[in-house]
Amino acid sequence: MNTFAELTIVLIILLNMAMSVSGSLASCIRLAAAQGVAAGLLPLMAAGGAHGRAVAFAAFIIALKGLVFPWLMLRARELTGARKEIDPLIGYPASITLCLAAFAASAWLGSRLPLPEGGVAYIVPASLATIFTGFLLITTRVKAITQVVGYLVVENGVYIFGLALFVEQPLMVEMAILLDVFVAVFVMGIAIFHISREFDHIDTDALSQLSDWRRGEEG
Amino acid sequence: METLETATRFAAALLLAPLLPGIVNRVKALFAGRKGRPTLQLYYDLAKLARKVPVYSRTTTWVFKAGPAAGLAAAVCALGVLPFGGRPGPLAFEGDFLFIIGLLAFSRFMTVLAALDTGSAFEGMGASREAQFAVFAEPALFLSLAALSRVTGEFSLAGMFLSLTPDSWRAAAPVLALVTAALFIVMLAENCRVPADDPDTHLELTMIHEVMVLDHGGPELAYVLYGASLKLWLFAALIAAAVLPRHSGSWLYDGAFFLAAMGGIAAAIGIAESAMARLRMLKVPYMLMGGLIFAALAMLFQTGR
Amino acid sequence: MAVVLIVLPLLSGAAAFLLRDDAARRRLLLWTAWLHFLLTAGRILAYGRWGWAYSVAEGFRETPFWLPGAWEWFSFDAPGLLFLGVTSLLFLGAAHYAAAYLAEEKRDPGEKGENGFIFNNAPEAVFSGCLLFFLSAMTGVAAARHLGLLWAAVEATTLLSAPLIYFHRHKRSLEATWKYLLICSVGIALALMGNLFMGAAGLRGGAGLHLDGLLAGAEGLDSQLLKAAFIFLFVGYGTKMGLAPFHTWLPDAHSEAPAVVSALLSGALLNCAFLGVLRAAQVCGAAGLADFSGGILVLFGLASLVTAALFMLGQRDYKRMLAYSSIEHMGILAIGAGLGGRALYGALLGAVGHSLTKAGLFFASGLVLAAYRTKQIKDVKGLLRRSPAVAALWLAGFLLITGTPPSGIFLAKFVILKEAVADGRWAVAGVYLFFLAVVFAAMAKIFIETTFGEPAQEPERRFEPPRAMVRPALFFFVLVAALGLRVPSWLDAVLNLAAGAIGGAR
Repeated sequence: MNTFAELTIVLIILLNMAMSVSGSLASCIRLAAAQGVAAGLLPLMAAGGAHGRAVAFAAFIIALKGLVFPWLMLRARELTGARKEIDPLIGYPASITLCLAAFAASAWLGSRLPLPEGGVAYIVPASLATIFTGFLLITTRVKAITQVVGYLVVENGVYIFGLALFVEQPLMVEMAILLDVFVAVFVMGIAIFHISREFDHIDTDALSQLSDWRRGEEG
Repeated sequence: METLETATRFAAALLLAPLLPGIVNRVKALFAGRKGRPTLQLYYDLAKLARKVPVYSRTTTWVFKAGPAAGLAAAVCALGVLPFGGRPGPLAFEGDFLFIIGLLAFSRFMTVLAALDTGSAFEGMGASREAQFAVFAEPALFLSLAALSRVTGEFSLAGMFLSLTPDSWRAAAPVLALVTAALFIVMLAENCRVPADDPDTHLELTMIHEVMVLDHGGPELAYVLYGASLKLWLFAALIAAAVLPRHSGSWLYDGAFFLAAMGGIAAAIGIAESAMARLRMLKVPYMLMGGLIFAALAMLFQTGR
Repeated sequence: MAVVLIVLPLLSGAAAFLLRDDAARRRLLLWTAWLHFLLTAGRILAYGRWGWAYSVAEGFRETPFWLPGAWEWFSFDAPGLLFLGVTSLLFLGAAHYAAAYLAEEKRDPGEKGENGFIFNNAPEAVFSGCLLFFLSAMTGVAAARHLGLLWAAVEATTLLSAPLIYFHRHKRSLEATWKYLLICSVGIALALMGNLFMGAAGLRGGAGLHLDGLLAGAEGLDSQLLKAAFIFLFVGYGTKMGLAPFHTWLPDAHSEAPAVVSALLSGALLNCAFLGVLRAAQVCGAAGLADFSGGILVLFGLASLVTAALFMLGQRDYKRMLAYSSIEHMGILAIGAGLGGRALYGALLGAVGHSLTKAGLFFASGLVLAAYRTKQIKDVKGLLRRSPAVAALWLAGFLLITGTPPSGIFLAKFVILKEAVADGRWAVAGVYLFFLAVVFAAMAKIFIETTFGEPAQEPERRFEPPRAMVRPALFFFVLVAALGLRVPSWLDAVLNLAAGAIGGAR
């Protein structure tokens, strides 16, 4: 079983790399969804097994991250008519190199932190690398939908990190967290729709009117 | 007896190498609904070319003549190091995987030199593309073999492949999976396969590997084609040993299994070629970078253990 | 009681979405605000004055007999009650202001942008409904006893306040809303990491994430993991609180939102985030890492103070100036919390004073906006002549917020300064005083220009602000001034208990 867990971790890392170079909005959304599903399957595969509550919760997470979130995002994409991502601010080769470097750095960091030794290797570096990839998507991408996908990837990473630390949260808290993420994606989707209506596109580099750094222009 | 076995294995590798492109073409034809070329076509081609007289352009020098011969020599040497069916080749020694990488680089270098020597724009273009792809392909190959070396703790290819068992997959699955993927991508790129390069194209502007040898004819073209098939055998053998490690006592049984695995890999190449379209020239470095990343990840995974 | 206080606005909010009649909805808003406030006030007085069954060590936890398990998740201790009280009072004032504001907006939508574009507003039902849900979420933050629920409530406040910022629907407010949503959500995701680290720190002792469990087993927490937890929680909740360098969303969001929303954001929401930081510091203090957490708090508090002061110089938009003033005050609160001891008392008092004063100032700014229809400082001159009532409020707010005695904020800042000097932290005290002076100078320039300047063209007719929009601000200012003269005993008791609970033994 551990082998499958390790292979899933590898898959998660590869999905991070793929997302950092993905140019199409639909593929980005689907890759993030696949990553969410893989993250949802992880607790079932690690030592600890598949008992009733875990299976039910995993099914819920997979449904949420694999079906609901991509549906919301793809709908936002259709409503706004956006198709391809513009080149990221740092370029694709730099993106994937940063992603790889982040994984190496996370591996080093993971060995330094006094975290409980789990059965699955590389789960902490994978989670930190996923969080970093999410940040990369949010900061270097221009289209608003990709930024929301970045937020989802950060949440995926935090979830995997929670698995790595064996922190058992009560069901109510887990549900509250998932509900928050759902509402967040929902509200962000609405905001994207408004952005597309207001600006006729969803490039967030147009959202830079409010600034205290520009002198001699009207604020 | 030992020498006889080794010699048989080496001769078998040399003899069976041209069969691989034939299998690839058959599988492609099957997918396309054609009958396709005969599986033994490359043998017929080599025989025909060997009987011809070479023609040399006046702008070329000895480099042009030396290129194919050097490439073939490098390929034959590399094959000598390569294990066959889990048993060491005749030239095996500690650290020979670096030797193989060096030989491949040497053969690439001689081919590029010969291409530049013709003074033709097409060959120069092909040579520059080849060199560009080598920037990613060689580190990928190097890192994959290094990762394999670290997994098994051995420094000789024979030792590596002898110590790989199905248990290694259970213990180090991520590393081996990534190494296999990386090697597969590098194999597609180095051996002029779709999606890096289309072997059936007839437009010089879209060629990478064929255009470098456009001006060779006769026996030299035979050297080039045979050397290419040996290179394909080399990569396929690396993958076969990594993916399907199997050792029983009898070398006959191991050998047969190894040959079956090689055929399977050739079929896999054929399927990959039929299922994918050739990538735009600008995107091929991305594919190779993907291979490099797989190999780098394999190394990272391995160092942490 | 805690559950009642959370559920009441939740139900009202749902009802607000369903009601069709605007007047009925505004009445619902006012009634809910009054009910919430009366219940809260009763609770606080019971706690502070009559000592209703509390103990200094643990604070008070009630067990409603009809919801047996509920006390584990939601109940009040001293810090929670303090912040709840401020929130409730603020919401009451805001509800009154909002009712009048919404009535005005219906008649005449407000500011014309530089390009002369008219925008439309979001439906009133969305506005009122989200306001009430927002109150519910903030009550949840004050009452949460489980760090995971605290997190969920803080994230809920982010999501529910986003539609409120986007009430005036135009490009700039959309930009502000988007930045707010993204930056705060990502920050709060980092706070979730902090929660996980905290859970891992308590793994050996089986403390989970329940605040009482963590405090009880504080000795057994792994200190490396606890430090990492504090850092992540600080970054996450600090982003929401508006500490530099995570403050970038604050000036945009607080200046583009309508005045009542800005008041609530500055006055109540920043406090909720501050409570989150304080809870993290509480656990650290109990585990003996008070110096570590205190150092980080002081450092970022000073950074916020300096940043706010620098950006206030030469500010061109008066609502942005007020937003930077919020950043400045949050910095001061962080410094106070970091210094500990009496400074913590000062920080909590400052939180109360700042909330009321800033809310009043934002209400006044809303009136200025209604009078002049522009947020640019250079276009606002001669307020005194245009509308003496608003000018009086405007100036009074300025004096109170910068800490001119008698002002509760003066008391708070002075206590913090006193503690810094007493502790021998001369550098902190020096930087603190200097940049407070810079802030005073920057704000004075702006306020005096706007109030006393000569208008460019002939002043139009006198602007008469609606009474209902003046009263809340006036009421808050009177409270803060009274606070500066004398802190009532029950408030003093609650403040002391809260400071004791958070600071632990120092």
